[in-house]
Order: sequence, then structure tokens, then C-alpha cells
Amino acid sequence: MTLLLALITGLFYGAGIYLILRRSLVKIIFGLMLLSHAANMLIFSTGRLTKGAPPFVPDGATAPLGSFADPLPQALILTAIVIGFGLQAFSLVLFRRSFEELGTDDVDAMRTTDRIEGGDA
Amino acid sequence: MKLLLAIPILLPLVTALLMLPFRERPVVQRGLGLGASVVQAVAAMLLLIRVHEEGILVLQASGWAAPFGITLAADLLSAVMVAAAALIGLTTSIYSLGSIDREREHFFYHPLMQLLLVGINGAFLTGDLFNLYVWFEVMLISSFVLLVLGGTPRQLEGTVKYVTINLLSSAIFLSAVGILYGVAGTLNMADLSAKLPAIEQRELLPVVAVLLLVTFGVKAAIFPLFFWLPASYHTPPVAVSAIFAGLLTKVGVYAIMRVFTTVFTGPESEHVFRILMVIAPLTMVVGVLGAAAQYDLRKLLSFHIVSQIGYMVFAIAIQSPLAIAGGLFYIVHNIVAKTSLFYISGIIREKSGVFQLKKIGGLYSSEPFLAALFLVSALALAGIPPLSGFWAKLMVIRAGLDAGHYLVTGAALLVSLLTLFSMIKIWNEAFWKDDPGILPAPVERLDGRRMAMMYLPVVMLCTVILFFGLSFEPVYDLSARAAGQLLDAGSYRNAVMQGGRL
Repeated sequence: MTLLLALITGLFYGAGIYLILRRSLVKIIFGLMLLSHAANMLIFSTGRLTKGAPPFVPDGATAPLGSFADPLPQALILTAIVIGFGLQAFSLVLFRRSFEELGTDDVDAMRTTDRIEGGDA
Repeated sequence: MKLLLAIPILLPLVTALLMLPFRERPVVQRGLGLGASVVQAVAAMLLLIRVHEEGILVLQASGWAAPFGITLAADLLSAVMVAAAALIGLTTSIYSLGSIDREREHFFYHPLMQLLLVGINGAFLTGDLFNLYVWFEVMLISSFVLLVLGGTPRQLEGTVKYVTINLLSSAIFLSAVGILYGVAGTLNMADLSAKLPAIEQRELLPVVAVLLLVTFGVKAAIFPLFFWLPASYHTPPVAVSAIFAGLLTKVGVYAIMRVFTTVFTGPESEHVFRILMVIAPLTMVVGVLGAAAQYDLRKLLSFHIVSQIGYMVFAIAIQSPLAIAGGLFYIVHNIVAKTSLFYISGIIREKSGVFQLKKIGGLYSSEPFLAALFLVSALALAGIPPLSGFWAKLMVIRAGLDAGHYLVTGAALLVSLLTLFSMIKIWNEAFWKDDPGILPAPVERLDGRRMAMMYLPVVMLCTVILFFGLSFEPVYDLSARAAGQLLDAGSYRNAVMQGGRL
């Protein structure tokens, strides 16, 4: 199971990096999404995969007995997913607006702010 | 009164929320923003005084003891950074009154500015690596919207670049945090600092350290991760450029300082410092050469941000107490001087209509007061005595010589000269040479009240520069104490792990 998760995480990182190296804005945003999911899965797997051991504290005890699954990574992932969702939604709107205003989604064509003469009027 | 620690975060947050219903009434939003910034400045000064007198201040949210709860901690480094952020927040909110148009105000410019400060202050005060990630994101989303607010094609293009690199760096940060949690089982900075030396499975720690360095390096715009900065910082209104230039990159530098002195204390840190020692001169040189080629005022200043970051990184890489003290003072000096220069670029634009140095001139005769303010800020940036930049450079260079890094120190001195060259270039082009008469005189002149709102922040910042320069001793004492505290990771650990209940 861990091996499978590791392979999928690696695939997500690879695909994400491949996509952000493409020239189209649409592919870049997909790449960024994949990368943030890859990071989430990485956190999930570094919390160790423990099956069937919920971190419940039995009556009369102050800590879970025996081995238990670490709940913290899931809390971290939840936070990261929500943040990632917000940022990605914003980026989608931004990229769409830039496509409308600039008339291109090719990042190689977006060079005016880098050029020496590309300063403000 | 440990709640003093939460005020720099809560106050702008509450202010932003209070502003939201007043979309149709910019006067209320402006008043709230200005009032909150003044209170914030007072609170930040109180925090600094308290930390100075009583040592590290810690607040555990809801009384959950570290490392389980949400920790806010302020040592002198954090308190100084919060104070600097409050100063820039205050001056920017005044400057915005004179320079931001109705349209942007209508689309929540003022609340966004407050939310940006929430994120920045949160990043300075948090004692937890995952919370640092969250505060970075709060800061980022506000900065994204501020950068693109107005929606001109140039802004959109700059923002696309800025957003892409920052989302990428967030993913890297998150991966690093994940691996670190897997290795150490905690993300509280003090707890990590205590546990990392004893960890047996060390192979992954250098990976984590370098991933974090890349993340913070993107934020701080170090070589070779800086290309987004001069591509985006010159696109929004000047008030936004100025607060970005002053504060955002320094959050990255702060994070490097904090993480590699407090969290990582062992061989991983040494490794990172060796990398930084190579990166520092490259950052300085590439930045200043980039600036030399520019004739757009704000792009020129943007490249100088990069170049100046090199000095701070150099100071961090030396790691002697003097170097850290110098680095800290350098950060504060640079926040003040750089923001002031951006404000001035806005006034120049207002007077002459453009940022293009070749098209303007003659400002020395028409605006002698502005010329004087520019000289103070520019010479401070270049490091001419008796201004603040001189002492900052003196400390860093002295520390570099003491530690035997002659080559990098030589580069730092050379870059200093080139910085002076660029500043003189602005002086010659904008102030000294005659107006080339290419442009018609601006039709709309701002009324005196708005102009005063743009001048006042510059005067305030120039006063600070002069104060730092002329009465350097108390400032030096404070930096030295902050450096001592930062290098003594044990005191931070003890303060966080034992103190902090309400």
C-alpha cells in the first residue's frame, strides 16, 4: 500500500513538473494543481499508513492505547487542501482574465514586463 | 498582557472585516485604515519594549501547551520585524490616501492592505512551521489581489508570473513540511529545535533544509530565484509596489534567519550557510548589474531590491553575532530606505507623468524638497555616512572581514559602488539634467492635500533614516541583543516549551 502511494505521489510530482514546463497557461495551472496534490499525498504518507487503529482514547485512559494512526497529517492536509483550493480558484480566474486581455495563453508571448523597454508608459 | 502578541495579527484582521460593509463609503474605509495603522504602530512599539525588557514573549492559543497548540512567540528579531511592518503599514496607508484611485478603493483596496499585514505579522510571530506556511498563504493571496487590482494588461502579465512562481514555491514548502513531520514528528519550531539533533534517520534532513531554502529563497528573491520580482513589482500602483518592495522579500529573509538558526542548528544549517555564501555575492552582483541597464525608475529600484537581499543573505551566511546583528539592522534599514525610494518614484511620476528616466528631467529646480528627500534615501541605500545604510554595510562588511570571507566582502564593496552609480544615474536623469521637453506638462495636477499625503510618508521615513544614522548606538545595542538572542536557540526553546499559558 505504501509502495503504491509512493508511486502515485511520484507520478503526480512528475506530471506536475512536466505540465508547468509547458507553454500554455491551462497546462501550467493543471501542473500546479497536481503539484499541490502531490504534496498533500506526501504528507499523508509521511504520517505512516496505519490501518484500523483510530486514535481514540478509551474510557479511563488519557492517551490512546497501543498503536494508533496519527491524525495530525490529515489535519495538515485538510488545511492545505482548503488553501490550495482557494489559490487555484483565484489562479483560474486570473489566467482566464489574462487570456482575455492579452489575447494569448502562450507564456513565451508574455514578455512585455521583462523587457527593458517594457516599463510603464 | 500576553495578548499584546496577538494584537498585530488580530487588529488588521478585525479592521479588514469592519471595512467590508463600507464599500460605497471610501471615507470610512480610509479612516478605519489610518486609525488601525496608528494603533498598530503603537502596539508594535509596546511589544518591542516589552520583549526588550522581559525577554522572549510566548502565547499559547487557548492555553494548549507547546508543542500541541498554536504557538505565537516574539523574540527581539520578531518584535523588530513587526515594528518595521507597522511603520511601513502606517506610511503606506497615508500614501494610499493621496495616490489610490476611487476605482481601486471600491474594489476593497483598503481591506486587502490590512489582510496583507495580517499575513506578514503572522509570519513574523508564529512559532510553528506549518503555521508559517498558512501565514505565507494569507500574505500571498492578499498580495495576488493587490498586484492585479485594476486589471491592466501589464498588471495581469506581471501577476501571472508572480502567482505561478509562488504557487510552485508553496507546493515545495508543503512537501518540505510533510517530510519534516515524517522525520521528526513535530512542526513546532522550538520542539523541532530540541528534537532534530537526536534524530537517527538524518538522510532526509539536508533534503528538507534545501527545499526550505528554495521556498524562502523564492520569497526573498535570491539568485537564481529572483526573476519574478523585476517582472512584476513595477506593474501595480506605487503604494502597492512600495509595501511589497519594503516588506514581502524581507519576510523570506526573516524565514531563512529563523529556520536556519532556531530550527536547524546542526550540520544541515552549516550546509545551507555554505550554499548561501555562494549565492550572496551572485545575488548582489546580478541584481546591481540588472539595475544598471534599466531606465524605468521602478524596474531599476526592483533590481536593487534583489541586490540588497544579497547583503542580508551574506550576513546570515557568516553567522557571527556581529554579522547577524548587522543583517538584522540591514533588513530594517533596507525596508525603510527602499520603501521611501518607491514612494518618491510615485511622486516623480505624479509630477512628470512617467517613470521613464530618459523622458524626464529638471526636477531639481522645480522640486528641490523632493530632490533632498531623494538624496537622503538614495545615499542611505548606497551606504554613505552618516545615513543608516553606512552603519548597516559597515557591520556586515566588518563581520565578513573578521570571518575571513575576503572575496565576498570585496564583491559587497564593489556592488556598493555600483549601487551608488545607479542612484547617481537617477539623480542625473530625473533631477539634474534639464527637462528634455518630450512630454507635455501633466494636465491634471493633484490638489495640495493629496500631494501632502504623498510627501508625508517620505518625510517620515527619511526622518527614520536620519535617526538611525545619527544616533546609531541604541540601534546597535538593540541589534546586538537581538542577534545574541537569535543565536542562543536554547533560550527560545525554553521560553516556548515552558512559558506561554494565559
